[in-house]
Amino acid sequence: MMYIDNILFAILLTAGIGFFARNVKRLTRNIQLGHDVNRSDNPSARWKNMAMIALGQSKMVKRPVAGLLHIIVYAGFIIINLEVLEIIIDGLFGTHRIFSFLGGFYGFLIGSFEVLAVLVLVAVIIFWMRRNVIRLKRFANPDLTGAPKRDADTILYFEMVLMSLFLIMNATDLHFQMLNSGNVISQYLTPLFHNADIAMVEAIERTAWWLHIVGILIFLNYLYYSKHLHILLAFPNTYFADLNAKGKFDNLESVTKEVKLMMDPNADPFAAPPADAAPVKFGASDVQDLNWVQLLNAYTCTECGRCTSSCPANQTGKKLSPRKIMMDTRDRLEEVGRNIDANKGVFVPDNKSLLNDYITPEELWACTSCNACVEECPVNISPLSIIMDMRRYLVMEQSAAPQSLNAMMTNIENNGAPWQYNQQDRLNWKNE
Amino acid sequence: MSEVLHVPTMAEMMAQGKQPEVLFWVGCAGSFDDRAKKITKAFVRILNRANVEFAVLGTEESCTGDPAKRAGNEFLFQMQAMMNIEVLNAYEAKKIVTACPHCFNTLKNEYPELGGTYEVVHHTEFLKSMLDAGRLTIEGGQFKGKRITFHDPCYLGRANNVYEAPRDLIQKLDAELVEMKRSRANGLCCGAGGAQMFKEPENGNKDINVERTEDALETQAHIIAAGCPFCNTMMTDGVKAKEREGDVKVMDVAELIANAQDL
Repeated sequence: MMYIDNILFAILLTAGIGFFARNVKRLTRNIQLGHDVNRSDNPSARWKNMAMIALGQSKMVKRPVAGLLHIIVYAGFIIINLEVLEIIIDGLFGTHRIFSFLGGFYGFLIGSFEVLAVLVLVAVIIFWMRRNVIRLKRFANPDLTGAPKRDADTILYFEMVLMSLFLIMNATDLHFQMLNSGNVISQYLTPLFHNADIAMVEAIERTAWWLHIVGILIFLNYLYYSKHLHILLAFPNTYFADLNAKGKFDNLESVTKEVKLMMDPNADPFAAPPADAAPVKFGASDVQDLNWVQLLNAYTCTECGRCTSSCPANQTGKKLSPRKIMMDTRDRLEEVGRNIDANKGVFVPDNKSLLNDYITPEELWACTSCNACVEECPVNISPLSIIMDMRRYLVMEQSAAPQSLNAMMTNIENNGAPWQYNQQDRLNWKNE
Repeated sequence: MSEVLHVPTMAEMMAQGKQPEVLFWVGCAGSFDDRAKKITKAFVRILNRANVEFAVLGTEESCTGDPAKRAGNEFLFQMQAMMNIEVLNAYEAKKIVTACPHCFNTLKNEYPELGGTYEVVHHTEFLKSMLDAGRLTIEGGQFKGKRITFHDPCYLGRANNVYEAPRDLIQKLDAELVEMKRSRANGLCCGAGGAQMFKEPENGNKDINVERTEDALETQAHIIAAGCPFCNTMMTDGVKAKEREGDVKVMDVAELIANAQDL
């Protein structure tokens, strides 16, 4: 029976990682429901963006308080997780603190982890207060009512518990405390356990150790169901983000073909399209009409709300919230994904769509295309590109533009200006 | 008015076998909107003074298609774009200057893929380059010591990262350039972009131009400088809504320079 711990550990680890792999598979399948867009150009600029924006957090610090706290949690998360490697080896092979032979260096490592753990704990408590006590406007926004609010708090509780378990685990580890190297924080926690007998302390240590690793595995699998996916997807998201000037909107190729045909005097106006040609849909009414980068954007969004807080429409009380555009896109994509899973890999129409069931035309028509949301996003998400694709659907497929915009477009068609002036009068200003 | 503006057209230039140094894309607002026409003329006066050989398309110019594209009508946009590109390419246009950031953005970023590749500059960038080349001198004149704040047009600033040229020009006027709390990449939209100019705003509790005008008034500026005919309209309306038209003016950067030179 002496290997039972190791076997149990191996089973847990395999299940945790296996379940995570299944989620990753589902995630990539869903993202690939979007149509293709080429983002393979200029790899050096892309790597640089990823290094600066995702790894270097350069856009986070534009809001210094949140930025600094986030860097602490982020650094803590990455660095403390080096400890997980030791936990896995110990767990699989029944060793105890296998790296402690490194001596002073080991003490230095664990010491830094302990300091970071306290910093993370403090940062996470401040984060919790910003949401629940100070109630910052972007967190008290109706976008987050219900599940998103619970999700955000759950993540914070998870982090608080994991950091506490790490410190308790160290404090009750008699072997580690005897080394007296690296226990910079945990040594002050040992008095808490002075009244307990040795067997009790050992039991607490084992319990904290197991809960810590089980907690990490649960957290890893919670990611897919949570806004917390950003810790992974921020990297591909910043890599694949649009590199063009923000003002450049894509020119729909399908439209270019049609327009060229219209303007070509030699084109046969009665030519039937080839029999196998799929009908082209202009713009987007559902997630499958978006491109895969837009869908990746939706999974990457961590609902921080910087976009919404900088949106001129939202600030002046309009319904539009760029964050909600991203959350709706993800929720609908998840719904479509579940539909496909339930129907043996084929999407069965459910009489619902991203447009109307999630995002209303009123929201779309409130956008000024000012790019403030794109500028603000710490991980280069573009809510604007989704808004534009949905406007395209409304206008080109449904002719559902507001009446005044139809008038403007008619003027452009008839006289080459958004107002009713004759093109022949374009130079009149010269003599006025 | 009796003033004589020298405004050759591309057709006239071609007839004389000449290619202008730069094509001035006037834009719909600059051609038809009463307020924006003043900006157009101010810019032309500067060009005339600096002896820049420029030309306009005149009646051969048509909407770039920007408002159609932002409204979602990609068809209409591409139709406009292809017609304009045919005209521009027929004249072998190389360099284009425009006082409208929307035309600027569209011509610069969205025309190349459709076959129209030109060097496109905003008029503030053009004036700055003239200044740097010594072809234009700017003196403070009536603006010396005045507080001027610059409102970044979205399609010039965030969309194309042009933040300094207009500011450099204003500083040449010996004016005190004051920044709003939200400026440059953080600048707040005036509310006109994305085809909003041509529709009523959606339901809300405030107009965006009023929100932005409040930012500007907070700086105690005498003049709100703009670099876009639509921002100009929105800010002017905002100043009226705040009943400050008596002591706060909204002016384009080109007008500031022309007025300073008594042009």
